[in-house]
Amino acid sequence: MKEKIFINARIIDPSQNMDEKGSLLLNEKGKVKAIGKNVKKSDANKDAEVIDLKGNVLIPGLVDMKAFVGEPGYEYKENFRTLSQAALAGGVTSIVTMPNTKPIIDNVSMVDFIIRRGRDKANVNLFPCASITKQCEGKLMTEFGLLSGRGIIGFSDVNKTIQNTELMSRIMDYASDIGVLIMQHAEDYELSKNACINDGEVATRLGLQGISALAEKIIIERDLSLLSEYPCRYHINQISSKQSLEVIRKNKNNGKKFSVGVSINNLSLNENDIGEFKTFLKLSPPLRLEDDRLSLVQGIKDELIDVIVSDHLPEDEESKRLPFAQAATGAIGVETLLPLSLEMYHNESLPLNKIIETLTINPAKILNIKKGTLTKGSDGDICIFDLEAPWKVDADKLKSKSKNTAIENRNLQGKILMTYLNGELVYSN
Amino acid sequence: MAVKKNNTAIKNSPKHLLGIQNLSIVEAKSILDEAKKFIELNRSSSKKLDVLRGKTQINLFFEPSTRTQSSFDLAGKRLGADVMSMNMDNSALKKGETLIDTAMTLNAMHPDLIVIRHQDSGAPNLLSQKVNCAVINAGDGRREHPTQALLDALTIINRKGKIEGLKIAICGDILHSRVARSNIYLMNMLGAEVNVIAPKTLMPKSIDRMGVKSFTDMRKGLEGTDIVMMLRLQNERMQGSFLPSKREYYEFYGLTPEKLKFAKKDALIMHPGPMNRGVEIDTKLADDINVSLVKEQVELGVAVRMACLKKYCK
Repeated sequence: MKEKIFINARIIDPSQNMDEKGSLLLNEKGKVKAIGKNVKKSDANKDAEVIDLKGNVLIPGLVDMKAFVGEPGYEYKENFRTLSQAALAGGVTSIVTMPNTKPIIDNVSMVDFIIRRGRDKANVNLFPCASITKQCEGKLMTEFGLLSGRGIIGFSDVNKTIQNTELMSRIMDYASDIGVLIMQHAEDYELSKNACINDGEVATRLGLQGISALAEKIIIERDLSLLSEYPCRYHINQISSKQSLEVIRKNKNNGKKFSVGVSINNLSLNENDIGEFKTFLKLSPPLRLEDDRLSLVQGIKDELIDVIVSDHLPEDEESKRLPFAQAATGAIGVETLLPLSLEMYHNESLPLNKIIETLTINPAKILNIKKGTLTKGSDGDICIFDLEAPWKVDADKLKSKSKNTAIENRNLQGKILMTYLNGELVYSN
Repeated sequence: MAVKKNNTAIKNSPKHLLGIQNLSIVEAKSILDEAKKFIELNRSSSKKLDVLRGKTQINLFFEPSTRTQSSFDLAGKRLGADVMSMNMDNSALKKGETLIDTAMTLNAMHPDLIVIRHQDSGAPNLLSQKVNCAVINAGDGRREHPTQALLDALTIINRKGKIEGLKIAICGDILHSRVARSNIYLMNMLGAEVNVIAPKTLMPKSIDRMGVKSFTDMRKGLEGTDIVMMLRLQNERMQGSFLPSKREYYEFYGLTPEKLKFAKKDALIMHPGPMNRGVEIDTKLADDINVSLVKEQVELGVAVRMACLKKYCK
């Protein structure tokens, strides 16, 4: 591989507090050799490839902490190849994959399979999760130590919650000793039984069973109480309400160490967008009030929420073309993660640096991986985008195998131009 | 060759009756006016018309129903349509067929009307996107039951001469009731003032946003009302404990002659049926022909459904 130098770039790398016009030089191995305003074209070898970015933005490749790949078992929804294509088209170079496949990733042989399969078929950095409990049933914990040893990055029962408090305390106790990351979906089952939408006016009008924000808050309060006793690496996958945020504010202000994620959907949509039974907007946690959405945005600003995830959940049309209560939950999102996040910059809700931080270095720090940064020696995973270019979301043009986007026809501003993985061009618009 | 002119009035009128929410006041009134004409017909000895002769109406009932299904059945037949009633409890759905597939199958038989009742809110909306004929909602989950609200309106107009300016109380299991929702929309639209009365656990969230006053004290809620609509406790939709007991419910929310005194002197009682006597209503009160409109509701139900079938059948 030749050296590559990206010139005339606006480089934003929150891991080194960088937002400046400059150049990025990658060495022959695709690693960062030099970065910033002081890097000149003459610093590169004579035969280096010169890429003129004409003022467009260059950031570390995105790290998406929550995405579902259909392999094994649900290849008709998404496979490693289509997930990679969608991710790269969205500037995402590292993906944490969820274990709720068929079979569920809860044992060592499944991990070996998925890592091999991912290496052969995927073209992004994959960081697989295993389930916290066997079969995601919330009864018996999985082999945290052995699974971590085989390359598991963290543990999550995905959209299921450990209801049993005693079990959760043991999970956290055990995890605290061996230092593994526990990622919890916060939902009290008794309060969310048969529910599919926020408990509010829209639920009343549509005649649907609502999920109270309390269902989320109660589990977060419980887990954070346990965390005082068993200080493990604890992460809340996604929060959706102002109530949860206030609990998090109180605990973080008291110095408790844990991390929090939010789905881009909950940052950019509210319950009114569901209209008359749009099943593509049936999500978990559900879309809530505009007031909740605004407080989540504020939560990012106040550094109470650490990461934005796509919660990429491909579903085939058949599972969505059902009455709302029966329809599958979730929406795709890895490809539109960055452009949709940029909406919060364009409407002046968040500074650009903050948005990039929650999509790059913050998730990398939580996961304890050397990604989401372009400091000297880092991998050449790069996303280059035009901050201003407008475009319209067209589900049919998205790369994902399933087309269940929650933002069909939405006008976005900010377009991915190129994505590099280890110094190689892997996507170009 | 003569160019066919687009009749925009027809073009803009909606194809389906999915709920009162999608209905304009003009449409609601036109249905009620049309229904009035059918009341006399239904009381005469020769009840059959041929307005819908040659048309096919399919009644698709995924939930058991006595009065609504037979009412639609009769309404279609009296207008001369060929009516087929499908009891979906024991059909393909049990074999795993989806609602959409059932819809496509039926659509291939070229029906002109599909009347659907389904346990899931929004099922008629989904169906209407996939078939070529008109879809009439005969009750979906806890969302809407438009023809029930229309027949309630007709019954009130028949007795009180109008709806505008009346005070109407809807009392009981509001949370699980599609009848309550449709009636709230329709009675509000037609100019009535609506009170809803329920124990807190059976009151939906943000109900005040729908233009009603909510009460947990039945006596206060009934004060000065012209119409008292009682709802059935929907035990089949209740999971877990919403109430301590039926006895306690009757004590606080059962309609008794004593509680009725808080309403206006000439107040009338309605109930969409089937009734749980001694749970939500005193049995003598329910049968008192001077105050109870229950039988009239059933009678006018046929007229309203005839009007709906006629209006939506193209």
